[in-house]
Amino acid sequence: MRFAVIVFPGSNCDVDMYHAAKDELGEEAEYVWHDETSLDGFDAVLLPGGFSFGDYLRTGAIARFSPIMNEIVKAAEAGKPVLGVCNGFQVLLEAGLLPGAMRRNESLKFICRPVNLTVKNNETIFTSLYKQDEVIQIPIAHGEGNYYCDDETLAVLKDNKQIVFTYEGTNPNGSIENIAGIINKQGNVLGMMPHPERAVDPLLGGADGLKLFKSIVKQWRESHAVKA
Amino acid sequence: MLLKLEPSPEQIKSGKVYQEMGISDEEFKRIEEILGRLPNYTETGLFSVMWSEHCSYKNSKPVLKKFPVTGERVLQGPGEGAGIVDIGDSQAVVFKIESHNHPSAIEPYQGAATGVGGIIRDVFSMGARPIALLNSLRFGELKSARGKYLFEEVVAGIAGYGNCIGIPTVGGEIQFDPCYEGNPLVNAMCVGVIDHKDIKKGQAHGVGNTVMYVGAKTGRDGIHGATFASEELNEQSEEKRPAVQVGDPFMEKLLLEACLEVVQSDALVGIQDMGAAGLTSSSAEMASKAGSGIEMNLDLVPQRETGMNAYEMMLSESQERMLLVVQKGREQEIASLFEKYGLEAVSIGHVTDDKMLRLVHQGEVVAEVPADALAEDAPVYYKPSKIPEYYHAFQAMENEIPAVEDMEQTLINLLKQPTIASKEWVYDQYDYMVRTNTIVAPGSDAALVRIRGTEKALAMTTDCNSRYIYLDPETGGKIAVAEAARNIVCSGAEPLAITDCLNFGNPEKPEIFWQLEKAADGMSAACRMFNAPVISGNVSLYNETNGTAVYPTPVIGMVGLVRDLKHATTQEFKQDGDLIYLLGETKAEFGGSELQKLIHGEIFGKAPSLNLEVEKEYQNQILTAIRAGVVASAHDVSEGGVAVALAESLMGANGLGAEVALEGEAAVTALFSESQSRFILSVKAEHQAEFERLTDAALIGKVTDTSKLTIMVAGTEEIKLEVNQMKEAWKGAIPCLLN
Repeated sequence: MRFAVIVFPGSNCDVDMYHAAKDELGEEAEYVWHDETSLDGFDAVLLPGGFSFGDYLRTGAIARFSPIMNEIVKAAEAGKPVLGVCNGFQVLLEAGLLPGAMRRNESLKFICRPVNLTVKNNETIFTSLYKQDEVIQIPIAHGEGNYYCDDETLAVLKDNKQIVFTYEGTNPNGSIENIAGIINKQGNVLGMMPHPERAVDPLLGGADGLKLFKSIVKQWRESHAVKA
Repeated sequence: MLLKLEPSPEQIKSGKVYQEMGISDEEFKRIEEILGRLPNYTETGLFSVMWSEHCSYKNSKPVLKKFPVTGERVLQGPGEGAGIVDIGDSQAVVFKIESHNHPSAIEPYQGAATGVGGIIRDVFSMGARPIALLNSLRFGELKSARGKYLFEEVVAGIAGYGNCIGIPTVGGEIQFDPCYEGNPLVNAMCVGVIDHKDIKKGQAHGVGNTVMYVGAKTGRDGIHGATFASEELNEQSEEKRPAVQVGDPFMEKLLLEACLEVVQSDALVGIQDMGAAGLTSSSAEMASKAGSGIEMNLDLVPQRETGMNAYEMMLSESQERMLLVVQKGREQEIASLFEKYGLEAVSIGHVTDDKMLRLVHQGEVVAEVPADALAEDAPVYYKPSKIPEYYHAFQAMENEIPAVEDMEQTLINLLKQPTIASKEWVYDQYDYMVRTNTIVAPGSDAALVRIRGTEKALAMTTDCNSRYIYLDPETGGKIAVAEAARNIVCSGAEPLAITDCLNFGNPEKPEIFWQLEKAADGMSAACRMFNAPVISGNVSLYNETNGTAVYPTPVIGMVGLVRDLKHATTQEFKQDGDLIYLLGETKAEFGGSELQKLIHGEIFGKAPSLNLEVEKEYQNQILTAIRAGVVASAHDVSEGGVAVALAESLMGANGLGAEVALEGEAAVTALFSESQSRFILSVKAEHQAEFERLTDAALIGKVTDTSKLTIMVAGTEEIKLEVNQMKEAWKGAIPCLLN
């Protein structure tokens, strides 16, 4: 399976995503610079964390105009897995691939620490290897992770089981309904503030994020095994 | 257009205009002699920044000569952007620490942020990939509104820059003392890794080669920053806010990635960051180091403001700029590499063979000065030195044991002292994990960062107990290096080298200069003992507010090598039943201790003694035991003594407790003395025999599953505390002080 790791100017978790896919999963991964205009040959898209374009104006607000975004929209429409983590999630919100918006953390401070998450929906291509309601530990590192959406959107998210991860215990940033990660209606675009790519090696303190990446690969293998 | 009238050379001399720029009468005479004429306004400016203490080390050079700077592993000692040490496999570690004290005192967020930005550039200008940031901070006791503001904003500034550029802030240390109330210290350290073949230097070789400018445009910010850094702070300092630069970490991220691509090109001859004294220092130093000259056309310098004159451009300290020397004819190759990142690399001059720094602006030569005169020929001052009265008085005192009635409450109070208390409030704001190599995060003795693709890791720490150094600079200087080495060894690494940041008061005062000399003597002796030469560093003098100096604070940044990831060790106790050992001798030593400060509100007496041979022997024993695989946890005993060290070993150990029995006549000494060269270790029962064979450590107790710390001294139970109660005090202290 071949992963595209999108690199915007100012992305800084691109290396972590790349190594998670390549070293820990043993799959193919390639960096794709933001001004590329093709994602041909890639099976999944990873939007890493960081501070794209310095997060000036608003997090993710400038990155959504990068040329590669048209291709990401196409990939999403074609049903390919698209995962946005942290700044990647913020970009997906700005691009309208996911509903809602991000506000500054309630504490108005950047927060970096491992947090507990509950897997609220394990019937997605990103979470199939987790148990329903399993509590996992994944680090967060953000200043603007306070997810917000209006009541209507929230009702839709709930009805469609689009809330995939919630914070367990203390909500670190004040997000609505303790939301840590959401998926689109079609079920192939996931945005989350916590960093699963930082939790793929026990040496670094935990590997609870690995199942997320493995779920993507599993689904891909199963859907492609039919053709083979 | 706004016409700015500059004073003529004659007016500069007769009106002593140079004095406003920090040049003395003597120095001005010397400049006249060098040039064989009077300097014009721009030239006077060039000399004033390059001959400032910050750039020339004119007052500290005789002291810096004391340091050992070579070693079998040292690839680059002091003098370049950062020092370099071999770590095997054709790789090397690159690191340096630098101060940004004065800017942070005036504008804490930007002061701290640009301190981080500057030290990162020093490391990647060598061609190295920055892999970690550390810092060392000093503030007042968080009692005043301004003190709290400085602390919060400095931390936010460090976080803002480091998090955005995506280099993990993995460690550091913070101490609080009233002496830093008006003059906080903000020292930032950056560590990078490089392949030997990629090492670049800031040298302008090859007559006719092109000088290129890349990065942010030049503005009027930071003019005379280096001069400002070389003065004492006073009521007027607030007016120097324009001398503080503004950082743009996004720009630096682009610059970093682009430069690391450019260093792979053989078209690049030399590269240097425009740090203090900006365009002036980078051009003069690159020419001087290569024995060449540089001519630049200032009309070509990218400018963010209109109507800037030569003086302003040359003295601006606008951030995120680099100066490159590129092979003639290959400028376009370099420019296209930068273009990918949206950066413009502009040719602004060329290398000459006449050893002059020549500046042309609007068709006229506006400055023509020998590059060596700026970079190398600053005067060197041998300042008078005098033993301060206080030192005699302190040395005459006997070691007294502070009177303590309630040991338990005292331990709780010590854990609440901000210097000892958990720094979670701080490092929670630092992204310490980005780049996914951080094996040991902030909070243990040293941070550990693995080198991807190898079984090795780098251990890094910053240390300096300035109270000991104030009481006794030579002993305190030794202790600072020894403590850094202790932290490195406790994490399973061998010390490689140090970088230092010498934060002192005004060296023109003989008592201050004495502190500087003696501290350097002590540090040098310790560096030799641990085979850890000084490979880079920075001097920050004039750390005084309204005439009162900070404690002498030579911060040590040490890097060590973990040969095998299996050796990585942390301070937390690991499991129920493990045996607890104390290595090292406890004496009644309370001079400069946290307990003394807690009880008397001030420090006095002798600093704890240190025997470097003993220290080295113990460190060897610990490293040998760790490498033999028989150490479960290791922690050095520092501020607050054995009781605090034991408590700290329990803070991160979920649900565990400890039962310990100490020897000694006075419980206060056994619990809280700050005698040096001591370590708390825990060992699995099955490794007892092997551990005892390898070390001189004494068995003092065992790890339990009770979540309580019990300490007996000479048969009497002195302390019995719930771990949770200690944790609450320890973790809550800083947030509580800030509210």
